[in-house]
Amino acid sequence: MAKKILIADDEPNIVTALEFLLQRNGYEVSIARNGEEALKGVEAYKPDLVLLDVMMPLHSGYEVCKRIRERPEWGHIKIVMLSAKGRDAEVNKGMALGADLYITKPFSTRELVDRIKSLLEPVSDSSQ
Amino acid sequence: MLQGPVIILSAFAYLGVLFAIAYYADQRADAGRPVIANAYVYSLSLAVYATAWTFYGSVGRAASDGVGFLPIYIGPTLMIALWWVVMRKILRISKQNRITSLADFIASRYGKSALLGGIVTVIAVIGIVPYISLQLKAVSASYLILVQYPDIVMPQTLGETPMRQDTALWVALILAAFTIAFGTRHLDAAEHHQGMVAAIAFESLVKLLAFLAVGIFVTFGLYHGFGDLFTRAAADPRLRAMMTPLEGVAGGYASWVWLTILSMMAIMFLPRQFQVTVIENLDEKHLNKAIWLFPLYMLAINVFVLPIAFGGRLHFPEGGVDADTFVLTLPMVEKQEALALLVFIGGLSAATGMVIVETIALSTMVCNDLVMPVLLRMRSLALNERPDLTGLLLGIRRGAIVLILLLGYLYFKLAGEAYALVSIGLISFAAVAQFAPVVLGGIFWKGGTRRGALCGLVAGFVVWFYTLLLPALARSGWLPIGFLEQGPFGIALLKPLALFGLAGLDQITHAMLWSMLANIGAYVGVSLAATPSVDEHRQASLFVDVFRQGGEASGARFWRGTASVPELHSLLARFLGAAAADEAFTEYALGKGLRWKGDPLEADAELVHYVEVKLAGAIGAASARVMVAAVVKEEALSIEEVRTILDEASQVVVYSHRLEQKSRELEAATAELRAANERLTELDRLKDDFVSTVTHELRTPLTSIRAFTQILLEHPEVDAEQRSKFLGIITKETERLTRLINQVLDLSKIESGKAEWRESVLDLRELIGDAVTGMSQVFEERNIKVDVEVPAKVAPVRADVDRIIQVMLNLLSNAAKFCEPGRGRVRVALRDDGGALRVEVRDNGPGIDPSDQGVIFDKFRQVGDTLTGKPHGSGLGLHISRQIVEHFGGRMWVESRVGEGACFAFTLPHG
Repeated sequence: MAKKILIADDEPNIVTALEFLLQRNGYEVSIARNGEEALKGVEAYKPDLVLLDVMMPLHSGYEVCKRIRERPEWGHIKIVMLSAKGRDAEVNKGMALGADLYITKPFSTRELVDRIKSLLEPVSDSSQ
Repeated sequence: MLQGPVIILSAFAYLGVLFAIAYYADQRADAGRPVIANAYVYSLSLAVYATAWTFYGSVGRAASDGVGFLPIYIGPTLMIALWWVVMRKILRISKQNRITSLADFIASRYGKSALLGGIVTVIAVIGIVPYISLQLKAVSASYLILVQYPDIVMPQTLGETPMRQDTALWVALILAAFTIAFGTRHLDAAEHHQGMVAAIAFESLVKLLAFLAVGIFVTFGLYHGFGDLFTRAAADPRLRAMMTPLEGVAGGYASWVWLTILSMMAIMFLPRQFQVTVIENLDEKHLNKAIWLFPLYMLAINVFVLPIAFGGRLHFPEGGVDADTFVLTLPMVEKQEALALLVFIGGLSAATGMVIVETIALSTMVCNDLVMPVLLRMRSLALNERPDLTGLLLGIRRGAIVLILLLGYLYFKLAGEAYALVSIGLISFAAVAQFAPVVLGGIFWKGGTRRGALCGLVAGFVVWFYTLLLPALARSGWLPIGFLEQGPFGIALLKPLALFGLAGLDQITHAMLWSMLANIGAYVGVSLAATPSVDEHRQASLFVDVFRQGGEASGARFWRGTASVPELHSLLARFLGAAAADEAFTEYALGKGLRWKGDPLEADAELVHYVEVKLAGAIGAASARVMVAAVVKEEALSIEEVRTILDEASQVVVYSHRLEQKSRELEAATAELRAANERLTELDRLKDDFVSTVTHELRTPLTSIRAFTQILLEHPEVDAEQRSKFLGIITKETERLTRLINQVLDLSKIESGKAEWRESVLDLRELIGDAVTGMSQVFEERNIKVDVEVPAKVAPVRADVDRIIQVMLNLLSNAAKFCEPGRGRVRVALRDDGGALRVEVRDNGPGIDPSDQGVIFDKFRQVGDTLTGKPHGSGLGLHISRQIVEHFGGRMWVESRVGEGACFAFTLPHG
């Protein structure tokens, strides 16, 4: 069964690119255009991984990340934060709030896909 | 019982008691527990003012003039009320400058002038001699009368017996010996004679008690109280005249006024009053009580004067008994031996008190201000090289005491018989009144100079000598009487008792008028004419501004030169003795936190000043100055330098004002700096935010571009339709990136003032038309309707056409962005507000929340439709537009309500 990914970003072009990439790699994809939609999407769609833009209207990526981590039943959901803001303070904040990965824009599509893959299908765990 | 030996024994017993008291007080003083350190003893010692003149003479005066004796006591009572202003200042000055006498005070004030000190001393001695002779006369007369008991025989009627002459001489010699014992047992740097003060205070009590005893005896013993006595006196036609206050006095009102003024001066400037009030004062605070205690004493000792005078006149109606002796003769005639003896002791007490203090004060003046300055200048004596001069100083003083008393005796012999006690006393009062202008002027007027003081004193003294002393000698037969009656060489204008034709005044009033005129005239006139020297300037400032100065050390500022510590020490040792000098140096070193002989002392201006002040206590300011000048190499200060130093005091005040102002300015500057710093911090934060925001805005399109190029590169299988869509996105994002970069550069140019503005005259109608046309494709794409309302003609404006087009395009594209496609409606309006043209761009979009309206013109502040996500654009457009409009003198603002669209408007002033 294909893993499910929720893309939450307010930049339509970036969403388009991510959607194309992830579908090509066999993931099931859902879209949210702001923080509010992102939280609703997690609730309804129950993704395995969320790609979270930090600068979003209504709720910021940090806020969404924090809300997800507050719910124990969503503890398995992987969170990858995407942001054009790449200062150490911002990266640390994301990781501290419970993100699994923080990727600064612009990014290499191949690298992004590889890292999402490794998050969802860890090589070391495949033997079990 | 009242034989000669009894009386003499009693007198010596009394003097013995006095000496015991003095000895005890000196012992206590040496032990550091002074008995005189209280206001009551101080006030009683001031009562040395009441002498034999008061004790015997007041009754004598009252017996002829009625209340005419009173001005002599009203004056001091009035004067003492002014002491808070005058005496407090003199006290402070004297303590700070270690003044040793009145002569020292005057000399010190006028530039430490030895000449002036000498003149003051001469005037004082000559002026006081009659006064001392009065005491001798009173004591010897009272003895001679008492020894005749039970007969009442006046001394005059005894004839020129050797006994009469000898009594006064013996009195003079005994008093001289006694005074020497009291006043010159040792040398005190501060001229304090605590034993003497204690004895004087005791004497004031004795004379008061004795006088009250006689008064009570006469009033209540001989008569039945005041009422009875006054009724009887009123019944006697010869006495009735004495009841009317002013008729009894020769010269009437003028005489009253002058006598009052004279005694006001006397209470301050009699050498003995200066001695007890100023020199012997231990605590300035004692003055407060003395100001009411002393008048009280004056009142008490005067209460019975009139009753005794009346009693005497009633008892001895036929005359033949001198009224000056009523106090003594009334008890004698009533056979009251004990009372008579008490009166004799009281009179002795009043006389000895005066003589002791007066001669001590005068001997100090003679020694410090007359003899020492001369001796020190006589190089042949080589006094400077003598190791110890204390013996010499004491010797001079003792000699002076004997000499002064002998002078008093001489005057008694020459002129004593011709005058009543009071008249003799007034001559002395008039002499010391000559000191009033230079002292009072000296402490309140900085303009008084040494030369002015000299001229004033000499002029006043000469007039006094001519109008009072010479006539006194002439009347006694020692000068031809024609000198009085026709004037010298027959010149009537120069008659001593009617100078320049001024007749009709009594002798004292006449003399005071002329002497004061000459004195004050010369003092003020000469002072104003001459420029004060450096020393005078300095001393004037020290005296007049005494309450404004820091303390004793203030004099040190005016000195510059070099000295050596051993020399200064040996100088002090010579005059005070080695032990006292060691003590003084130890004290000085302690004050500096050093050990004398242990630590090196610096012979600086302060030490030199300290030594001079200590020395001044022993030998007077003028002599001290000479001595110190001999051991230090002094560099003269120019008048300018002294002025500079004096001005420093006032400059310090100015400086402190300036400092306060500076500190206020600094505080203000600090506040400004803090505010500026906050603004800078804020600006720094804003810049940081700006960079961060710009970076973010640049990265967003870059992200899309990079993602799609990588996709196209790695996924060649992408179909043609998708490929062209992706390439389209890349193109759009590239354009966005370019636009963003341009706007950032544009903004930075505008903000840094480097933007180029090309001004020309614009027709806004045309410009709006062009802008709307330029945007028409966008509006059509989104199916938005645009209305333009412009008047037929508008005033031109001056602006940069490209920039204003940029503003219009920004507003139009914003309107287009926020309008819902299909239902959107944009209205552009232009109108003349009078003075400025106003452009409005109104849309029917979602509107802007009031809280956002204030910030949308800020950099990167985008407010979008929260449901549809963030708007496209850099967030710089409105900010730049407003900057442009404001550059051309206009304003830009927004009016909006949520749900009712927004209206952006700007104005441009007429060109």
